[in-house]
Amino acid sequence: MSGLMLRADKVCKSFGRLDVLCGVDLEVAPREVVCIIGPSGSGKSTFLRCINHLEKVSAGELWVDGELVGYRQAGGKLQELRDNEICRKRSEIGMVFQRFNLFPHMTVLQNVIEAPVRVKRQERGAAVDRARTLIDRVGLSDKLDWYPNQLSGGQQQRVAIARALAMEPKLMLFDEPTSALDPELVGEVLEVMRRLADDGMTMIVVTHEMGFAREVANRAVFMDGGVVVEEGEPRAFFASPQHPRTQQFLSKIL
Amino acid sequence: MIVLVIAATIAQTVFTNPRFQWGVVAQYFSTIQVLGGLLATIELTIVAMVIGIVLGTLLAVMRLSPNPLVAGISWLYIWFLRGTPVLVQILFWNFVSALFPDIGLGIPFGPTFIHANANSLIGPFVAAILALGLNEAAYMAEIVRAGIISVDPGQTEAAQALGMTRLQSMRRIVLPQAMRVIIPPTGNETISMLKTTSLVSVIAYSELLYSVQTIYNRTFQIIPLLMVAVIWYLIVTSVLTIGQFYIERHFARGTARELPPTPLQRLRGLLFTFHAPPAAPSALPPGTLGGPR
Ligand SMILES: Nc1ncnc2c1ncn2[C@@H]1O[C@H](COP(=O)(O)OP(=O)(O)OP(=O)(O)O)[C@@H](O)[C@H]1O
Ligand SMILES: [Mg+2]
Repeated sequence: MSGLMLRADKVCKSFGRLDVLCGVDLEVAPREVVCIIGPSGSGKSTFLRCINHLEKVSAGELWVDGELVGYRQAGGKLQELRDNEICRKRSEIGMVFQRFNLFPHMTVLQNVIEAPVRVKRQERGAAVDRARTLIDRVGLSDKLDWYPNQLSGGQQQRVAIARALAMEPKLMLFDEPTSALDPELVGEVLEVMRRLADDGMTMIVVTHEMGFAREVANRAVFMDGGVVVEEGEPRAFFASPQHPRTQQFLSKIL
Repeated sequence: MIVLVIAATIAQTVFTNPRFQWGVVAQYFSTIQVLGGLLATIELTIVAMVIGIVLGTLLAVMRLSPNPLVAGISWLYIWFLRGTPVLVQILFWNFVSALFPDIGLGIPFGPTFIHANANSLIGPFVAAILALGLNEAAYMAEIVRAGIISVDPGQTEAAQALGMTRLQSMRRIVLPQAMRVIIPPTGNETISMLKTTSLVSVIAYSELLYSVQTIYNRTFQIIPLLMVAVIWYLIVTSVLTIGQFYIERHFARGTARELPPTPLQRLRGLLFTFHAPPAAPSALPPGTLGGPR
């Protein structure tokens, strides 16, 4: 598994009697962009949440950058990590949500420097400098002192991306980052993500933006019923899906 | 209109009835003894509320802890202190000194390191503070818990995803947003506390009510002296109500596009409408909302 950014090995997750993930296998190499598509309720969000241990897996193993998520192997046995270790691991993975989840009581700048200052204990001045650069990169340098609800959805999502990048993550997770946006605002967010991919960021993106998947992703993955049904090079994947369930799903959304 | 007439009638009876003896009211209104009692009342209110808010917040966070033991302790505390009358709790703390004349700090059944006499440790002030503060904490815990629950779970999730610990996300992200829900009932609690402190008169602690009682026990001018207390209570509650408005306004930052105008701004706006059209609030330069701190 050396060299892989993510390795999911028969990952299962159930909530009570509901089995949401039933053995997900997936490997993602560094600098790779993987798009996950699939019907509602197929467990896409749950899978992303397992990757940064917001949910505990019920069975199977998840490895991020060669390290087991949430556990330590000691003498052949699995030992759960302590809270502060879990937090440190999480801080190395960026996550962007469908509904942005910006902190509404903080300005754009405060949103972006919060975690670097509190979690990474960065010096405030340095954090501000870095935040300015990032906010500038997502094209919002004129909105530093604005509050989230004074911004459009697209602008909020770009701030959320800058906030995640401020932690200098080695892996970025996107959970339907454009689904809550008005159609005319989708482009500006995808553009930021495209540039991020060009810069070599490893990204796992749950999305229904087929154009983005086709042009930016190295691989498309179709999930249904808690398992990976099919994966492949995006153009081939969309042009000629092999599995009947993939064909059925794609015929509905394309 | 009818309300006004009734109010005027009542006001007339109150002000002209000789039994109210307004002269006596004025005479005692700002005597040292009354002012001392007022100060003691305010002091009790502040200290008890501070204890209530701090301990209540702790209890609320404990109550929401994933650890069932921690949550259970908090539940038990709230159940017990909300389930018994404050008056009983005040009497209880006052007589604890009789129950446990010796309070020792040390290993149970082992050597005791510090000895203290509860009679000297728990005077009426400490008994009052303990009773009011600990009781208030139980109510504040529920208020704070309601505030925490009102915050979108996506906020905690985002904070956790950034690597913040449970306590960090509580303190920096969740509680500041919960304030909007917590503050109005806390204002009510403070006003209610101001009045509840009068119960402490039963253990002979000289707060406002006990002070006027001592005077009228001497002079028998009961009604005018009670009026002195009534007027002071009204003055302080009014000041608290105004304070509450400004605190609520502060914490509305980031949640409303425009903050509600202060009464002064409203008055100014009203005056200006007679001369010129009022400046539209949206004409403010962007980003002035609350302003960067
Ligand atoms: N915390 C939870 N407790 C119980 N059930 C849950 C929980 N989280 C998710 N589920 C259930 O797990 C299933 C999969 O949810 P998930 O959000 O992963 O799907 P999804 O593929 O992201 O769907 P969508 O496209 O609608 O976002 C759903 O049936 C959902 O109700
Ligand atoms: Mg989802």
